[in-house]
Amino acid sequence: MQSPKVALRARKDEATEARLATLTLPETGGWLDGLRADALSRVRAMALPGPRDEYWKWTRPETLISPEVTPAALFHDDEPPMFDEVDRLKIVFTAGKFDAEASDDFALEGLTIERLAEAGATDLHWARDLYGTLETNGQTPVERPLAALNTAFATDGVLIRVTGKVSKPVSLIYRRESEASEAILHHVVKVEQGGEMTLLENGPAAARFNKVLEVEVADEATFHHVRTQARDHERRAVTHIFARLGRESVFKSFTVTMNGVLTRNDCVIELTGDDAVAHVAGAALGDGDFHHDDTVFVTHDAVNCESRQVFKKVLRNGAVGVFQGKILVKEGAQKTDGYQISQSLLLDDDSQFLAKPELEIYADDVACSHGSTSGAIDETALFYLRSRGVPTDQATNLLTLAFLAEALDEIDSEELSGLILARLEGWLERRRG
Amino acid sequence: MLEIKNLHVKLEEEDKQILKGVNLTVEAGKVHAIMGPNGSGKSTLSYVLSGRDGYEVTEGSATLEGEDLLEAEPEERAAAGLFLAFQYPVEIPGVGNMTFLRTALNAQRKARGEDEISATDFLKLVREKAKTLKIDAEMLKRPVNVGFSGGEKKRNEILQMAVLEPKMCILDETDSGLDVDAMKLVSDGVNALRDEGRGFLVITHYQRLLDHIKPDVVHIMANGRIIKTGGPELALEVEKNGYADILAEEA
Ligand SMILES: Nc1ncnc2c1ncn2[C@@H]1O[C@H](COP(=O)(O)OP(=O)(O)OP(=O)(O)O)[C@@H](O)[C@H]1O
Ligand SMILES: [Mg+2]
Repeated sequence: MQSPKVALRARKDEATEARLATLTLPETGGWLDGLRADALSRVRAMALPGPRDEYWKWTRPETLISPEVTPAALFHDDEPPMFDEVDRLKIVFTAGKFDAEASDDFALEGLTIERLAEAGATDLHWARDLYGTLETNGQTPVERPLAALNTAFATDGVLIRVTGKVSKPVSLIYRRESEASEAILHHVVKVEQGGEMTLLENGPAAARFNKVLEVEVADEATFHHVRTQARDHERRAVTHIFARLGRESVFKSFTVTMNGVLTRNDCVIELTGDDAVAHVAGAALGDGDFHHDDTVFVTHDAVNCESRQVFKKVLRNGAVGVFQGKILVKEGAQKTDGYQISQSLLLDDDSQFLAKPELEIYADDVACSHGSTSGAIDETALFYLRSRGVPTDQATNLLTLAFLAEALDEIDSEELSGLILARLEGWLERRRG
Repeated sequence: MLEIKNLHVKLEEEDKQILKGVNLTVEAGKVHAIMGPNGSGKSTLSYVLSGRDGYEVTEGSATLEGEDLLEAEPEERAAAGLFLAFQYPVEIPGVGNMTFLRTALNAQRKARGEDEISATDFLKLVREKAKTLKIDAEMLKRPVNVGFSGGEKKRNEILQMAVLEPKMCILDETDSGLDVDAMKLVSDGVNALRDEGRGFLVITHYQRLLDHIKPDVVHIMANGRIIKTGGPELALEVEKNGYADILAEEA
């Protein structure tokens, strides 16, 4: 007789092998081959997540690891493409492949860009040292096998090295063409000392999208990240951000998600240099068949660092929101200022918010706070607005935007937060009445 | 303008009768005041008229310019010209005061089939009204009533009234929490709006406000009913002797 634990592991191994059987290691050659092989053995050692994993207790991983992709109806967006108005350098991936025709030349002062698919042949020391490295670090204390899977099998992505202050954002656009497509992309960004860049992302990429972004922010460097996840109702996405921050560096990441049958966004941040700042925030809006999971792990391993996690979710018609957020303050990480808030606005009784906020602190001179709330529209405020002539739907939307405001405030750029606000308004507007 | 007939109201949640046959008519161009002991039902009357949830009208009617109020949604009543200055104005974090005002004004205009006000005209309008109420630009930028002092909240109510230009204004204890100067400002604000086409119902505990806003008629409310109606001298009598005599007279 097998013990239940052994049997469980055997089932996970079986599911993992079934998934691996559908994939082939891309032949990108050179230094990448070894890193991919390493990652593959890590996947096998960990096994892909199973429904009994503690870290997946509120989000079912089956459809993210199944050999077959569940098809997702193509979505006909009635809004102009996101960030269209922004002066930016565009890099387009169509169906998971780099689309040279739709992309701009990789020419922008202060940075160099290489494609992952072509990088193996070139001797890129910095990328070789980083690719899969932050992902590997991010596997402890909690395993993230889908990120290792990505490192092994990513077909493409960008490797961006920032050496100066870059004047305009680099914008990654993920287009999608067929109903049952899959995309695995892996990006690496290294912002060298004193460098500064903004990375934008938008688009569905595929019916099932697995994406990893590794970011090293060196001393006194700044990295801004704003992304919108596609409004395709039936798409699935699992994404990981791994960031390592040096002294006096700044990392800010904001994600807005509207729709999507399943989204799991992991963000793993390590503050390794003193006086670093890391903000990660998100707004997720779901109506009906929507499951959105934000899982964040911030490690303070230096003195006088600040971290903020601000996550807001608007849920209606049975939508489900999940937040798992942790602040780990290591021994010696004195003067840590850690803040975490996760809130949901439930627009009806069918919707659900599940939250697990955690603090783990091994230093004595720190200020950490966290909070999680779940609530309905404030009836008193609603009546006040209505008594001034604002119809119920409009008043509800106004209060919903007010609820989201704290998260939106995390976007430093007024231009970008304005564009996102307009999209949020549009989403709410379409659901009136 | 406002006609309330034999209005009976109970709480929806419990079997508690609060208004027990209120009769009251406010004519256009007139200012009526309501005074009365705590808990007599003054705020309840104002909430029921503006359409707040939680109350059930068991008998009677209320009309604004002949149109039934009680069946209408709160926003429809507002668009029809009813305005309540709240006893406890509500704080709305995340919604800017200006956004709030513009949204309200445009929603009312839209409901009445009028065009939206342009951004510049709106700004001009609000600045002008705010100035007379000594509400500074910084306050206009803040979220609705958040971090406002008690008196600032009340002035903000009057600002909304001045911008929305309702036909029927109900002021629920707008004087409470105001210092002497603010009381004067608020009264001036109200007096500026006094007009042949506009009615006022001013709920207050103090004669002081009525020195500034001279009422045409004063009502005393007790135990869910208007028990006495008179001229301005009735307020003076209350100020001097309290409610004991009037209540005794009624009993
Ligand atoms: N929602 C409610 N639940 C329970 N009791 C209520 C509710 N609303 C009103 N009441 C009760 O109804 C009565 C009338 O209240 P109301 O607020 O109308 O009095 P008021 O005349 O405005 O008093 P005040 O002068 O103190 O403002 C009070 O006894 C009050 O406790
Ligand atoms: Mg009252």
